[in-house]
Amino acid sequence: MSLWRTIKVAWEGLMLNKVRSFLTTLGVIIGVGAVIVMMAVSAGAEAEIADQINALGANLIMVMPSFSRAGFGRGMSMGPGRMPGLTYADLNAIAQNVTGINGVSAERVTNQTVRAGNTTLEEVPIVGTTSGFPQVREYRVAVGRFLTDVDNERAVKVAVLGYDLAQELFGDASAAVGQSIKIGSVKFTVVGVMSPKGVVGNTDYDGRVYIPITVVFKKFTPARFGGDNVGVIYVSAASKEGMQNVMEQITRVLVREHEVDPASPDFSLMTQDSIIEARASTTETFRNLLAWVAGVSLIVGGIGIMNIMLVSVTERTREIGLRQALGARPRDIRLQFLLEAVMLSLAGGLVGVLAGVGGSYLFNVLGTMRTALVPASIPLAFGAAALVGIFFGYYPATRAALLDPIEALRRE
Amino acid sequence: MTEHRIAIRDLTRVYGTGETAVHALRGINLTVRPGEFVAIMGPSGSGKSTLLNILGCLDRPTNGTYVLDGEDVSRLSRNQLARVRNRKIGFVFQSYNLLPRLTAVGNVMLPLLYNTEQRLSDEECYQRAVAALERVGLGDRLRHRPNQLSGGQQQRVAMARALVNNPSIILADEPTGNLDTHASREIMRLLQQLHAQGATIVMVTHEPDIGDYAERVLHLLDGQIASDRPNGARRRA
Ligand SMILES: Nc1ncnc2c1ncn2[C@@H]1O[C@H](COP(=O)(O)OP(=O)(O)OP(=O)(O)O)[C@@H](O)[C@H]1O
Ligand SMILES: [Mg+2]
Repeated sequence: MSLWRTIKVAWEGLMLNKVRSFLTTLGVIIGVGAVIVMMAVSAGAEAEIADQINALGANLIMVMPSFSRAGFGRGMSMGPGRMPGLTYADLNAIAQNVTGINGVSAERVTNQTVRAGNTTLEEVPIVGTTSGFPQVREYRVAVGRFLTDVDNERAVKVAVLGYDLAQELFGDASAAVGQSIKIGSVKFTVVGVMSPKGVVGNTDYDGRVYIPITVVFKKFTPARFGGDNVGVIYVSAASKEGMQNVMEQITRVLVREHEVDPASPDFSLMTQDSIIEARASTTETFRNLLAWVAGVSLIVGGIGIMNIMLVSVTERTREIGLRQALGARPRDIRLQFLLEAVMLSLAGGLVGVLAGVGGSYLFNVLGTMRTALVPASIPLAFGAAALVGIFFGYYPATRAALLDPIEALRRE
Repeated sequence: MTEHRIAIRDLTRVYGTGETAVHALRGINLTVRPGEFVAIMGPSGSGKSTLLNILGCLDRPTNGTYVLDGEDVSRLSRNQLARVRNRKIGFVFQSYNLLPRLTAVGNVMLPLLYNTEQRLSDEECYQRAVAALERVGLGDRLRHRPNQLSGGQQQRVAMARALVNNPSIILADEPTGNLDTHASREIMRLLQQLHAQGATIVMVTHEPDIGDYAERVLHLLDGQIASDRPNGARRRA
């Protein structure tokens, strides 16, 4: 029988038991869907990491407070003047005493209402930072200037606008410089506008306002515990080779400033590499899990197909005998049942691809995990489904082909 | 061409081996000329179905030769036997053996789909199936499924299916076994009609009045031919 006719016969065979056929394909659906999601998650993670490197700037070292018990206790014992955590003074100490660095910066973000003329914008991210921010973040000024050390030392009320925000408030980036805006109830003078950088990671650089971090402490974070806490200090080393040396210098400076035991400091250092590693290892875990799900589902799905095909061959023994009596060769029978198995697995593959694409999309939309659909994963998943069908369909199909026509015809 | 459609010499068929071996056929010699209508009769277990299965190339003899249309088919491979069944043999079974999901036309088309030599188009297959159904008087039941047909009609669909490839012989194993007298007479009328048109027919039955429709009656007893004589007073359906 011709291939096309055999395909039609196989299709009719599947349609005999629609529900059963569908249930049989579930394993393959899950397996194929998992393959696609898995590859989308990997690609998404890679893109995320690339973005993070972009966002953080090169050769970045992060200094973070660490509230280890020893550090905390010692901090408390030094009296109310010395709070745990990192301060603007620490930032200055690093900037002045550490060599081989491009810049130092810290960020303290608060959301405020911004007003200029008749325009009012709610919940605008206000980033309190320092003069080193553009170098550390590889971010350039388009018009005017960025914040200076003097701005921070004297807590001058000046602001630098993100590109989109400047356009929104003043219609044009160059028109913004020299104008005044109100952040909350405080009046600021715009001294510069940053060039466009876009959205990186979750941050829309162009929609923010940059002001001196000391102004944030004074005006927007109440003077309570940690009010002048800078959070994380970002240090950009001049070269990759110099990073180790810079980290040693930072440790020395802060140990001295904080008067802590070098063995149990109240801060810790992290590099980009360690962040990326941590990040990569979580996605790696998730990806491995999905790879397992994919592999196991495909095998279980394949066994399900084999099982159903064996049942089908038994149920249709008489049909097989009849076809043999009418002139079907063993290979015709084998092809018929093999095609049934392959069509089952391909149908599962098709639904699985849809589910996988939909799942990847949902992960993205719901923000669970960033995913990037890999086009090659679709033929790959289909191929895997077809292989499963052929592999697990071969045995039942061969059993059907080798049935004795007389025995088969006698079967009830 | 030879003058024999079927020529069988010293044919035996033994099921199993050793102690439990069953000698279903013990040395059959038989020739059938083109256009003959032969009934094989005999008590249950005498080997009628065994003989018919070998005639139909569904089974191979243990010993002896079977020449069909001048071709020795007693030692062919499974694939070759399938080809012979498709091209030269039309089966009619006691239980019709129609595929329930296919229409009458669909069932009759089946042998044509396995005809790898002629490679008929879908249209040709359909036309030939319709013609075969018209020959058995079911031109008005083309789209009916088996469960929408009476037993007699189903058996006529099966006969159309047996005819559709223009076989050398039509083999029928108890074709009226599941039918009442009226439907049985219909089937026998059709067989006689096909015979009159030149078909070669070998039919197994254990009902004497059905055997009476044939022009030659052969009696099997214990795997051997006990008698083989022309049926002078044959019945007309
Ligand atoms: N597959 C088989 N294995 C073993 N013995 C078999 C097999 N098929 C048939 N036989 C035996 O061969 C003998 C002939 O069987 P066969 O089916 O040819 O009889 P039959 O004449 O068609 O009988 P009935 O009129 O009951 O159909 C019987 O003794 C039967 O038990
Ligand atoms: Mg029998």
